Amino acid sequence: MGATGQPQEPKTTYREAMREALREALRSDDRVFLMGEDVGRYGGCFGVSLGLLEEFGPERVRDTPLSESAFVGAGIGAALAGMRPIVEIMTVNFSLLALDQILNNAATLLHMSGGQLPVPLVIRMTTGAGRQLAAQHSHSLEGWYAHIPGIRVLAPATIEDARHMLAPALADRDPVLIFEHGSLYNASGELPPPTAPVDLEHAAIRRPGTDISLITYGGSLPKALAAADELAAEGISADVIDLRTLRPLDDAAITGSVARTHRVVVIDEAWRTGSLAAEVSARIAEESFYDLDAPVERVCSAEVPIPYARRLEEAALPQTADIVAAAHRVVE
Amino acid sequence: MSPARGTRTRKPSATSTPAKKAPTSKQSTTSELPDDRPGIGHKVNLLEAMTRIRRFEERCVELYSAAKIRGFVHLYIGEEAVAVGVSEALTPEDAVVSTYREHGHALARGIPAEAVMAEMYGRTTGCSGGRGGSMHLFDASRRFYGGNAIVAGGLPLAAGLALADRMRARPRVTCCFFGDGAFAEGEFHETANLAALWGLPLLLVCENNLYAMGTAIERHEAQTDLAMRAASYGMVAWAVDGMDVEAVEQAARRAAESIRAGAGPHFLELRTYRFRAHSMYDPDRYRDKEEVEQWKNRDPITRLVDRMRENDELGDKELARIEQQVTDEIDRAVETAEQAPEEPAENLLRHVTSAPVEVN
Ligand SMILES: Cc1ncc(C[n+]2csc(CCOP(=O)(O)OP(=O)(O)O)c2C)c(N)n1
Repeated sequence: MGATGQPQEPKTTYREAMREALREALRSDDRVFLMGEDVGRYGGCFGVSLGLLEEFGPERVRDTPLSESAFVGAGIGAALAGMRPIVEIMTVNFSLLALDQILNNAATLLHMSGGQLPVPLVIRMTTGAGRQLAAQHSHSLEGWYAHIPGIRVLAPATIEDARHMLAPALADRDPVLIFEHGSLYNASGELPPPTAPVDLEHAAIRRPGTDISLITYGGSLPKALAAADELAAEGISADVIDLRTLRPLDDAAITGSVARTHRVVVIDEAWRTGSLAAEVSARIAEESFYDLDAPVERVCSAEVPIPYARRLEEAALPQTADIVAAAHRVVE
Repeated sequence: MSPARGTRTRKPSATSTPAKKAPTSKQSTTSELPDDRPGIGHKVNLLEAMTRIRRFEERCVELYSAAKIRGFVHLYIGEEAVAVGVSEALTPEDAVVSTYREHGHALARGIPAEAVMAEMYGRTTGCSGGRGGSMHLFDASRRFYGGNAIVAGGLPLAAGLALADRMRARPRVTCCFFGDGAFAEGEFHETANLAALWGLPLLLVCENNLYAMGTAIERHEAQTDLAMRAASYGMVAWAVDGMDVEAVEQAARRAAESIRAGAGPHFLELRTYRFRAHSMYDPDRYRDKEEVEQWKNRDPITRLVDRMRENDELGDKELARIEQQVTDEIDRAVETAEQAPEEPAENLLRHVTSAPVEVN
């Protein structure tokens, strides 16, 4: 019970929301199965699938060997043969061992076959830094995947999206990659009942504002919202856009926000060079040039493999203070 | 057919001494009527299927020289017994995953020569709508899943097709063709491990033609006994004479039956040879003519013809009929491909995603 005496929604974590989404998927369609390293007995290396093995058994919650290429490729084959696999890769860093399967098979089979072979596959993986795991566990490569035609790339940043994006992803006839930022799993909040079916086409305005657009996604959303709070205290009203779907990008949401605010900071945990932030900035230059009152600013990770030491890692990543500082430069 | 025991270390090239060409002195004694002795019709079918592949590809050479077809074109000439023998062991419900050297697999699977040729021409009526070309032939209706130009890239996918069948308790086999070159890739070993671990209904067919492009197997494998290595994953593995279509078929049938009965993945190493260069771009400088000529003495088509003639199972008329039929078929395929429409450029973005056109 809340302070007002009204019944409150119980708190849910991002992890639990994702698990609930998986449970629902496994329950509602017997073609769905979950496959990946340690998704079963161990409960998922981030605990997302804990308990699902007991509920659905080892056929449908399937532990795989350490063979990213083989089990991602097997997911593709199973999808071709009528199943609806959900493949979990521990982190985006390891997905590089399966890049051949994702790019050369999942993303291209439909086209190469002249439309005969859609691949209804969902691949989930964690991304991002912030837990002192050093370079090989901390990179943000979702922007690379967003480069590839033929796949859809999602970045659920909120508990609601963690809970509700999986079902439409499974309903998609094409491969969908879901990037879960590792620092979000413990985020908790109330999970309101869904009002409308989640669509995978549109970005979301997480906080409406009039003075500056903070455009971001995934693990950087909480930082952008915190920056917006600080800016609000100074009287600067920030429009916070959560891209949600990194491919295809919601151009209208981006241009719409720029048209309202005329000033933009793009926040992306990937490296600045060739990042999704670069793509968003280029689109703003192409589509919204005459709406701009200042050059677009970007807040990205330093161009360095993410270091282990806390102080260094913090310095490498976009932080709330960096976003606020960039906003000041743009507004002044 | 020799089951791998894990002890053989001889090089396949050493074990596969070309057989002496059988004498062909015997002339036709068959009548005009089709020979209905048991099994002969089947052999005629094998011969026809191999001849179709051979003549199709010979025509491809001409068309390539005439710049009618382009891209990378990898010919299968010399290896026809593999595609035909293995395909005989499969049912329409089974699945086939192939490589970039797949004209033979596609034709043996029953994809009409017209659809394959139109694809070589890049036409709308091609079996991949003109988007794949020689290296990416597909036919969903025949469960022919391509057409993969990444060496070993089809193996994980084949494991997934087999996994789906196992999960659905469908008594089907997924057959995956790949070359000896795939053995050096991690994807082969990941897939072999996964398939054996999970007991998947997978038929792994290694076409050991002794070369990966210009690299002879002795120069790309530390251990050239491939069946033995596959057996080390805990699957049944046989090495087979890939120049003998009947031996191939027999081995493939046994393997497929065993897979259907639930015995898990099987591996066939088919010892074969490509008579032509790796692709149309390859000047073929890495092997000597003598070696090629020796292997040509074991031509799978000649071998079957000679054997049938020796047994009075094939006459000149029947042979001529097969040639005529195949030639007509290919003529028709070229003709229709020439006339087939090209996909308009407005359709460029079709089939990128299942949505009509990707709005990005
Ligand atoms: C992953 C990958 N590496 C390299 C190549 C270039 N390549 C194309 S065919 C080939 C040789 C493969 O030989 P093998 O597997 O024995 O098959 P074969 O061509 O003899 O049928 C190579 C190296 C490729 N297509 N894919």
